[in-house]
Amino acid sequence: MNIAVCIKQVPDTETRIKLSEDRSRVVEDDINFIMNPYDEFAVEEALKLQEKNGGEVTYISLGPDRVSSALRSALAMGGDKAIHIKTDKVPEDPQVTAQALTAVLKETSYDLVLLGKQAIDDDHAQMPSLLAEKLGWPAVTVVVKLMVENGRVKAEREIDGAHEIVESSLPAIIGTQRGLNEPRYASLKGIMRAKKIQIEERTLTLQPSSLSVAGFEFPPAKQAGKIVGKDASAVPELLRLLHEEAKVI
Amino acid sequence: MKAIIFAEHRNGQIRKITFENMTLAKSLGLSFDVVVVGHQVQSVERDLGAYGATTVTVLDDPALTRYSPDVYTRVMADAVKNSGAEIVLMGATSTGKDLAPRLSVLLNAALATDCTKVELSGNELQVTRPMYAGKVLAKIRLSSAIKVLTVRPNVYGARENQSAATVNKISPSLVDARTVVSEIVAGAKGKLDVTEADIIVSGGRGMKGPENWHLIEKLAEKLGAATGASRAAVDAGWRSHDEQVGQTGKTVSPTLYIAVGISGAIQHLAGMSSSKYIVAINKDAEAPIFKVADYGIVADLFEIVPRMIDELK
Ligand SMILES: Cc1cc2nc3c(=O)[nH]c(=O)nc-3n(C[C@H](O)[C@H](O)[C@H](O)COP(=O)(O)OP(=O)(O)OC[C@H]3O[C@@H](n4cnc5c(N)ncnc54)[C@H](O)[C@@H]3O)c2cc1C
Ligand SMILES: Nc1ncnc2c1ncn2[C@@H]1O[C@H](COP(=O)(O)O)[C@@H](O)[C@H]1O
Repeated sequence: MNIAVCIKQVPDTETRIKLSEDRSRVVEDDINFIMNPYDEFAVEEALKLQEKNGGEVTYISLGPDRVSSALRSALAMGGDKAIHIKTDKVPEDPQVTAQALTAVLKETSYDLVLLGKQAIDDDHAQMPSLLAEKLGWPAVTVVVKLMVENGRVKAEREIDGAHEIVESSLPAIIGTQRGLNEPRYASLKGIMRAKKIQIEERTLTLQPSSLSVAGFEFPPAKQAGKIVGKDASAVPELLRLLHEEAKVI
Repeated sequence: MKAIIFAEHRNGQIRKITFENMTLAKSLGLSFDVVVVGHQVQSVERDLGAYGATTVTVLDDPALTRYSPDVYTRVMADAVKNSGAEIVLMGATSTGKDLAPRLSVLLNAALATDCTKVELSGNELQVTRPMYAGKVLAKIRLSSAIKVLTVRPNVYGARENQSAATVNKISPSLVDARTVVSEIVAGAKGKLDVTEADIIVSGGRGMKGPENWHLIEKLAEKLGAATGASRAAVDAGWRSHDEQVGQTGKTVSPTLYIAVGISGAIQHLAGMSSSKYIVAINKDAEAPIFKVADYGIVADLFEIVPRMIDELK
């Protein structure tokens, strides 16, 4: 069974985002980059499936030079190959990324493509569904449980207010959600091994886009409010404020 | 310019985000059609008419009872093409999130997800969408012939606007579904999802354990609120992760967010700081949650929360 895992590199969640003076872009200088947390679930699931069924695990990431370190982090957990689609920067339009990932995914015959449900920087949550249409494959998004057996997928996905069990044939695309598994830590041996694996590099012509970022802004800063009190006697006053001043209850 | 609004429904009822999107389309001066994809969705005419729909297309078939990606995508793509609409509005809900990207590929459309603001000047469509779980807002321009947007629930209110809706019922041509739902594991009955709740009561590590969560639930019940949790509470296994609020959980913007025993780590704040009003209950006056709270009580939550429940009787 051959599995591809798409990995995005994103700023670590502690990052305070800084904007350029003209607010046209996010300043990347002091950012500590990590593998998208949802992609760790995808890596872990791929490795578990490989342990059971054999085959190869290939990681694919699109972005500038820096993203190779996210591929190394994945390789340190396990897996066989990594492909870096080199671009000057990460495209603003997920459709452009999807097109390039599709081109590379089509080069090899994979049984399964795993992705995070969402990248925590741009928060698009589009890629699994975009790839489904571009590759013409079935896809199950926001998956919290996965079983692959006899050429079929059985997945539990989260929907608003419930979960559903979805079955599909292979090849298929899976978008991974928290709860699916506990990602393993890379061992020292894994880290050493990852250093020796040659990352394949690709350059592709990216398609034009009909979406552009006109600028960024910060949300209005919240002002610290008032401390209503320091014991239970403050409760009636709090409820009064919520009722009469804020008018929310 | 014309819009087409994808009507969301659950358990046979039209969901609020649909009315919100209709209110939004109206405020932009757009004419709009509403499309209901489903089977025996109830009170379509009355409910949609109450919010200003004039043309409603109902694509009805037993195979459309529940959302199915392959089938819904094709049916909606046909509906959009037939309507001649240039803007497709959906909710940033579990269905909208799955469907919108697929539709955008079929329609060759630019797509912006989870929009919190939509502006139209002349023919130029600009949206605002939060990134990094709300740490920054990006302004996006879409220039394709057809544009697809998912709009975050609860941001645009739904305004009633009585009109007479003409309903055209159509039996759509269907494709086979490659993914089949074999079972539905219902969530707790009548449980409100944090992303669509007006009020959220969230608990953190300060709750000490799952055995104390009845306090959160009771308070939520009194307020008609959904219950949320910090990642510490989820990681400890006290709550399920669909309740987690924050950068790697859900991003919420209710009118009132009550944080109980939550310190206010940057990852938690990212997911809830756009709430209209924030209340913090924490015994540590230095907890960062107080920096964003409109009202705070610095005290033991085990004294405060029972008292709140009592006072709300
Ligand atoms: C990659 C990554 C992603 C993350 N994503 C998220 C996310 O999406 N959401 C999220 O929430 N966190 C997230 N975190 C975790 C975050 O950093 C914090 O660890 C977490 O939010 C802390 O949860 P807490 O506030 O419940 O616990 P704590 O920080 O331990 O705070 C508990 C609070 O309860 C108070 N308290 C204790 N007892 C009482 C009492 N009796 N009465 C009143 N107050 C009391 C304490 O004063 C304290 O302020 C993430 C972290 C990482 C590294
Ligand atoms: N530039 C990229 N390179 C590789 N994978 C990506 C990239 N962008 C997004 N993905 C994958 O798509 C998932 C969802 O991302 P998004 O739709 O951008 O929120 C991520 O978790 C990754 O698995």
